[in-house]
Amino acid sequence: MKQLIQKLTETFSPSGYENAIREVIHKEIAPLADELRVDALGNLIARKGTRGKNGKKIMLAAHMDEIGLMATHIDENGFIRFSNLGGIRPQAMTGSRVRFIDGTPGVIGTERLNDGGKAPGLEQCYIDVGATSRKDCPVKVGDVCGFERPCIDLGGRLVAKAMDDRIGCVVLIDALRQLKSSPHELYFVFTTQEEVGTRGAGTAAFGIDPEIGVAVDVTLTGDTPKGVKMEVALGKGPAVKVKDSGMLADPRVVEWMTGTAEKARIPYQREVLEGGTTDARPMQVTRAGIPAGCLSVPTRYVHSPSEMVDMQDLENSVKLLVAMLAKPVDF
Amino acid sequence: MAAFGNPQLKLLERLCNASAVSGDEGEVRRIVLAEIEGLADEVKVDALGNVLATKKGTGRNRPRVMVSAHMDEVGFMLVAEEGEGLYRFETVGGIDVRQLPGKAVLVGKDHLQGVIGARPIHLTTADERRRTIPLDTLRIDLGPGGKAKLGERATFATRFQRNGPVLIAKALDNRFGVATLIELLRHAPENIDLLAAFTVQEEIGLRGAKVAAHAFDPDLGIAVDSTPANDLPSHDGEENNAYNTRLGLGPAIYIADGSTLSDPRLVQFLSATGDALGIPYQFRQPGGGGTDAGAIHRARAGVPSISVSVPHRYAHTAALISRVDDWKNTLALLQGGLARMSRDVIAGSR
Repeated sequence: MKQLIQKLTETFSPSGYENAIREVIHKEIAPLADELRVDALGNLIARKGTRGKNGKKIMLAAHMDEIGLMATHIDENGFIRFSNLGGIRPQAMTGSRVRFIDGTPGVIGTERLNDGGKAPGLEQCYIDVGATSRKDCPVKVGDVCGFERPCIDLGGRLVAKAMDDRIGCVVLIDALRQLKSSPHELYFVFTTQEEVGTRGAGTAAFGIDPEIGVAVDVTLTGDTPKGVKMEVALGKGPAVKVKDSGMLADPRVVEWMTGTAEKARIPYQREVLEGGTTDARPMQVTRAGIPAGCLSVPTRYVHSPSEMVDMQDLENSVKLLVAMLAKPVDF
Repeated sequence: MAAFGNPQLKLLERLCNASAVSGDEGEVRRIVLAEIEGLADEVKVDALGNVLATKKGTGRNRPRVMVSAHMDEVGFMLVAEEGEGLYRFETVGGIDVRQLPGKAVLVGKDHLQGVIGARPIHLTTADERRRTIPLDTLRIDLGPGGKAKLGERATFATRFQRNGPVLIAKALDNRFGVATLIELLRHAPENIDLLAAFTVQEEIGLRGAKVAAHAFDPDLGIAVDSTPANDLPSHDGEENNAYNTRLGLGPAIYIADGSTLSDPRLVQFLSATGDALGIPYQFRQPGGGGTDAGAIHRARAGVPSISVSVPHRYAHTAALISRVDDWKNTLALLQGGLARMSRDVIAGSR
């Protein structure tokens, strides 16, 4: 499992440029799925099983894109200005290392700041790839990079860039592996462009036309010094989302998750997230609407290059998802 | 390659001088319907007011290509009558209120002449002149006896002018696109089904394009629009690194904006088309903003999409300035691109 997390998190695939991660995941799941396809926006869709007598058509979504940067201008001295793909934290900028999709590495520098106490705006930052002029800069306008940081193992906890949402991809891959039988027609969907506005999941949901939607994504925790006020903590089990700022989880889906966890004696936490949303939102409002919810993996330092998850939470997330999918649902 | 000259510029002039604030696109729609009569196999006006024209090709395995251009422009809506021809108004679409005092406007279907009044310099204090005048203190003044209805729209009164290579007008965003799409229909290639969408309500959230794309259900989408060029030199002599686009460098191909990450296959295809045909083009700097492509690519199960824009300075103000050649090259790039388009372009993985 740790190897798979490392492989997935160390792949560079910012929003809209998911080819590399899609190939990695495709290899992992090809032997496990009944049918695999890639849609117009690049979503990887794996079907498992067909709809049995008491079964439903269920879409599971974990996004495979990550936040990143895109070059907007190469100046005469070879410095690269950029804009963001997804929610970038300016305070995580200075000194960060990046890698472009073609492998070119670089570091982020900032202009001299008038107020050193304030985080720089993105327009004050640039990428230095060691070039000395526009001409010898290997990066062109429109080229895309991700943050570079190796995955590290802290024993019970793991830190990497792009845990958001490669950890959700790991949950889906492992659930697909462990699921022995299911009455449902299941679509394991590795979605694109979540970080720029849950775009891939919307078109995937339209194409699949499911009866229930479940996203698997990260959520914040309230367990760090003077952090956000939030009940969710690392190590206390998967979080069952009740609400975030973009979606009210269907109460029947919440009950499906919590009831299954209680029966199977899997620890869980209830989650109310005040900022942000997940692929559950576009699934819920696709076509004429479906019941949708989200199973969250508690994660510290989300959208920084060092996102931390707990291995127990991960294992329990997989256990819960497998238990949910193994039996008929009663709504 | 189709001819480009006076007839095209005359068409653009009529389109720019028409009033079509979001939600009230009738005047431009009438010009479009008259111009495209007989050019398409099917023309309809949908529930929101989009003009949807289908021109079928004859080749085998033709891709269904949706090309959209929004008909609407930013402007104003009258919201309260205060007597003596004075009207309180709201802005429609993104307009910088700082630029409004002292501008001439045209109100309603009859183009009633009015002015957004400004207090003269004689009667203001130095302190007042440093402050922005808030929208709720501005009025459109039609003069005594001037009569308009609440809910009527108003536009900037600027009339289209051409000075050699330069165009000055209001609403070049996006009559450039509308005129381009009319010309594309006039010379539609046989290798594609051209699904032309003249859309409404783009400036207030890509609303027309959303339903147009659902109706057309295309294989790929191209939004033709007009985008700001912020290409003046920096006042402090530093390199301008946030120009968005530059006048004179040709059509702006989008890689990413706030609404769409263009399909990389289409970015590659259009730039290769420009290279092969010797048509200049530039990449719009990735950043914010949005076009109809933002709605098209998310329609149904997803549509590979891209945008191409004619650059102009002073977006969403009373007077935009642009280059004839940039428009000519935009039309040429799109004509060349459509003529070379096939399903193979989007056959591989994104």
